Amino acid sequence: MPEVVLATQGLTRHFGGLAAVSGVSLEAHMGQLHAVIGPNGAGKSTLINMLSGDLPPTSGRVAINGCDVTGLAAHQISRMGVGRSYQKTNVFLAFTAFENCRLAAQSRRKTSMQFFRPAVNLTEVNRSAEEALAAAGLDGRAGSVASALSHGEQRQLEIAMTLATRPKLLLLDEPLAGMGAEESASMVALLKKLVETHAILLVEHDMDAVFELADRLTVMVDGQVLASGAPAAIRANAEVQEAYLGESHE
Amino acid sequence: MTSRANAILLAVAVLGLAATPFFAEKFYVQFFAKLLIMGIFAMSLDLLLGYTGLVSFGHAAFYGASAYTLAILTPQYQAANFWTSFPIAIAVSATLALVIGFFVVRTHGIYFIMVTLAFAQMLFFLFHDTKIAGGNDGIYIDVRPVAKIGDWQPFNLDNFVHVFYLVLVFFVIVYVLLRVILASPFGRVLVGIKANEARMRSLGFPTFRYKLVAFVIAGAIAGVAGYLSSIQFGVVNPEMMGWHLSGAVMMMVILGGMGTLTGPIIGAAVWMLLELGLQGLPKVGSVDLGKHWQLWMGSFIVLASLLLPNGLLGLGASLLRRIGKQRGKPDA
Repeated sequence: MPEVVLATQGLTRHFGGLAAVSGVSLEAHMGQLHAVIGPNGAGKSTLINMLSGDLPPTSGRVAINGCDVTGLAAHQISRMGVGRSYQKTNVFLAFTAFENCRLAAQSRRKTSMQFFRPAVNLTEVNRSAEEALAAAGLDGRAGSVASALSHGEQRQLEIAMTLATRPKLLLLDEPLAGMGAEESASMVALLKKLVETHAILLVEHDMDAVFELADRLTVMVDGQVLASGAPAAIRANAEVQEAYLGESHE
Repeated sequence: MTSRANAILLAVAVLGLAATPFFAEKFYVQFFAKLLIMGIFAMSLDLLLGYTGLVSFGHAAFYGASAYTLAILTPQYQAANFWTSFPIAIAVSATLALVIGFFVVRTHGIYFIMVTLAFAQMLFFLFHDTKIAGGNDGIYIDVRPVAKIGDWQPFNLDNFVHVFYLVLVFFVIVYVLLRVILASPFGRVLVGIKANEARMRSLGFPTFRYKLVAFVIAGAIAGVAGYLSSIQFGVVNPEMMGWHLSGAVMMMVILGGMGTLTGPIIGAAVWMLLELGLQGLPKVGSVDLGKHWQLWMGSFIVLASLLLPNGLLGLGASLLRRIGKQRGKPDA
């Protein structure tokens, strides 16, 4: 059995009277991709926000590498080896692609409270940034300002920044959103490569990509887990077909 | 404009200024010293406003705090020691920034603006409404600090030329120090926080403490400016902490172009030259133009903020670019 990197138990988040996520328990394993699917408003993004520390859960527990991280701040969870990407591209648009990744890599230093040494001379950080850009297929665009990159390249940069923090667990929120067929195909190829060395939790609407990539699938509806299992079993599940897959093929 | 072009421009300006005491009258030497002091003050605010995205509307608190520290450390009819009073004054400003920063840096946007203003006004009224250091009249520093090391006195603060050069030296030190800090890992984190703080947190940066340290550094440098101002004019009053001054320095930073370090220096210079020029306007008929200088200043600021989104430095850069483009064109 591969190593459990992420485990949640009964994770719940209320917004006022609304239970956006309730009682979600799931695991992500090293070398496997766990996809979370569900209609809009099913609570997928809220779930990721709780896992990354952007949002504290109302109840339930989150464990990373066996350590309870429930309620820790986003920067603390990041430092436990968790990297996340955002549904809406969330890169530093005014910086070059390299500086985006360099800054991300700099976060792995013990501290950045260094005032007199030029940041560009941190060779270790520079190497990490270059590796991350190369891994995401952006090595040719290192010097380009992020705002000048195409949408697909910005999505790649988002992943590259995440990789530059050398995470064990990747939380990816719709990395394929808004991508053309060609861009999607190269992102799927990238994710296939990344899953060999990471545990990945993927939220995605593109069903073809999900079924191509996922080792395990969790279907969420109205904040709850409707079904969880191997892709083939999910595809055959009548309840899922009715609640979700049927709908999306209207 | 590249930062290298900025640095060359600034080096030329500094060398030019360094020559002024050889030909300029006392009034202008003192005026340039005051201008450089405001340049230091504006640079310190730019670290917060232009580089970290913290819109502090109470920055005068730290400027005034070090000035008051010198006033309180100076015994009546005697001189304080420069070598002890200067570091103490800066330490007071830095400590104050640490305490205030601890509360304000966790707020965002409009709340940050209001809370920084509120803390600064609290200090303003502390000195304005009590008898501490002369109350609302302020206090004279009768005898300037003495900078003796043993029997040797490297400079004499009663001499306005010496004060000018001391200010110039601090101006250069502050500029270089801030440039070094901005290029450091710490400086890069600040720029990242200004661009997108939430993203910085999700990348693993505990942003609060970086913002707090920036607030302390900016407060300490504002303290340098305040101390220099108090030795130049020999007087300290509550207005040095007031929101008028906090607002004026913010205008200088925005007018010159925030996030450039050089821009705020230009902003401070233009501001002070305008103030001087507009106050000297003549009487036309029954209207004293000079007396209403604030009206003209206000109009200028409104126009500048409407027409120059990137400040005066941004205007200069785009003019240079246009000239460069025209040169690049083949002759018609």
